[in-house]
Amino acid sequence: MIFGIPIQAFAGQLLVGLINGSFYAMLSLGLAIIFGLLRVINFAHGAQYMLGAFIGYLILAKLGIGYWPALILVPIAVGLFGIIVERLALSRLYEVDPLYGLLFTFGLALVLEGVFRYIYGVSGNPYPVPPALAGGVNLGFMFLPIYRGWIVVASLIVCLGAWLLVEKTKFGSYLRAATENPKLVQAFGVNVPMLLTLTYGLGAGLAGLAGIMAAPVYQVSPLMGSNMIIIVFAVVVVGGMGSILGAILTGYMLGLAEGLTKVFYPEASSIVIFVIMAIVLLIRPAGLFGKDA
Amino acid sequence: MAEATVQPSKTTANRIEIVLIGLGVAALLALPFFVYPIFVMKMMCFALFACAFNLLLGYTGLLSFGHAAFFGGAAYFTAHAVKVWGFPPEIGILTGVAGAALLGLVIGFFAIRRQGIYFAMITLALSQMFFFFCVQASFTGGEDGIQGVPRGTFLGVFDLQNEHTMYYFVAANFLLGLFIVWRIVNSPFGLILRSIRENESRAISLGYSVQNYKLAAFVMSAALAGLAGAIKALVFQFATLTDVAWQMSGEVILMTLLGGIGTMAGPIFGAGFVVALQNMLATSDFPVTIATGLIFMVCVLIFRRGIVGEIYAWLERRRGEKPE
Repeated sequence: MIFGIPIQAFAGQLLVGLINGSFYAMLSLGLAIIFGLLRVINFAHGAQYMLGAFIGYLILAKLGIGYWPALILVPIAVGLFGIIVERLALSRLYEVDPLYGLLFTFGLALVLEGVFRYIYGVSGNPYPVPPALAGGVNLGFMFLPIYRGWIVVASLIVCLGAWLLVEKTKFGSYLRAATENPKLVQAFGVNVPMLLTLTYGLGAGLAGLAGIMAAPVYQVSPLMGSNMIIIVFAVVVVGGMGSILGAILTGYMLGLAEGLTKVFYPEASSIVIFVIMAIVLLIRPAGLFGKDA
Repeated sequence: MAEATVQPSKTTANRIEIVLIGLGVAALLALPFFVYPIFVMKMMCFALFACAFNLLLGYTGLLSFGHAAFFGGAAYFTAHAVKVWGFPPEIGILTGVAGAALLGLVIGFFAIRRQGIYFAMITLALSQMFFFFCVQASFTGGEDGIQGVPRGTFLGVFDLQNEHTMYYFVAANFLLGLFIVWRIVNSPFGLILRSIRENESRAISLGYSVQNYKLAAFVMSAALAGLAGAIKALVFQFATLTDVAWQMSGEVILMTLLGGIGTMAGPIFGAGFVVALQNMLATSDFPVTIATGLIFMVCVLIFRRGIVGEIYAWLERRRGEKPE
């Protein structure tokens, strides 16, 4: 018993919090990478996450392509979609106020959600847990479904991988340099427009990856993206988009905070992240890890 | 958003606006005899909502993604005041407006601590918080909303059950709301707001307490959005979660963007267009969300000045070619 709550319930909610936090972390990471270079807040991030889950669901239902190949194929497909969007539309908006990027991607999110709603309705579609990760283990104090444990591990790997890519590779160094001063980097012969395109594709691909990973946990539904994106925005405001590590940490922390609230005061669990956001705005308006006010 | 707002020379804008106002008021008085009154009343509610929103986006340069909270919140407050407390409609509307202003004060207080894109995200998050509050609070009736709101008798004389009386009551409120927006925009206060939109750092260096001005503009915009929401609750006699949902915040942005950010008449045309389109699509198979999203994308890509903004720009060009 912890504070009069059975330890099973406590650990169970913490795990749910950790799972949610994994998705918040992966999604706010992608938002932060895109924003860092493109100065665009990608409102379609939630829709691209939903798109990932749906592509996974459809290639399983229509083509029989299972979870493991989908982990590779889905991010590529969503990433390509992102690249097309960037080339056709977003690249024309860099010269104007960044708010237009937000409005364009908002429209894109509405269209994507609307199309899937029109075809598949609002009810969720189940996606089976892959056989290799089915079942669970008894940890003594709680029962851990293996797939959920996998989510936590896999999301940590994805976040670490993205962090290494940005901080330790040549591509990442170009990316960081172009974030600081795009004109100078261009003058050194780096193809900055190409870099912008690839970055948006990378961010969209990450959202798609999060989507296919989420498919067996949540129902695959057209509405899953818009429910997610607003929370992820709050996460991003709390963390500040200046640092990638900050976005990841904030994601996990707020997921856990949400889980804890479900244990102690379930009524407030849907708003706790927004409350934390408000408190952070009072104390540290730039966000926990933010440098830009 | 400064680059989208056309700055027409005073005379062009004024001349057009005077003609438009004359035609508009005449049309407004005559319309209920030709068109289904409730449809026009809906248009007026949304037009006022969009004008209130434009006060913030067009004239102060702040993009709020949470205006549904004020619109829908006021609808709930008014519906509750009229139905449960038995208030007459005029006090009910004032309750809604006051509630929306208070809500605007709280949300604005947090939101003005950040700028630009963060401002948009904070307003979205806080309005979503209010949405969840409305889902759970008992007075809103949850998923059902507040149904069967009585329209009552205005000042104890005008029976608002009568469709035509109600229509003119809404029209009067609509014109009053527009007049307030016009007055704010064309006051010294409005000029300071515009200076903040154009160059915030310079406004600060001139000694204006920019934060206070932003908050004041936010509260005024929230209160006027509340007026629109309060009237909508009386017109349709219900208040539901639809009006506080984030989609509604998106809709009002679309209306303003489509009509012309930072023009007086733009949001009215934008709202009229969007409401008419939704009405049309309601009977067809084509989902409204897709249409809304497509218009958003097209507007942002090739039509950033909006309908009225393009007309102004065209008139300016023509004037430039043929100097008087």
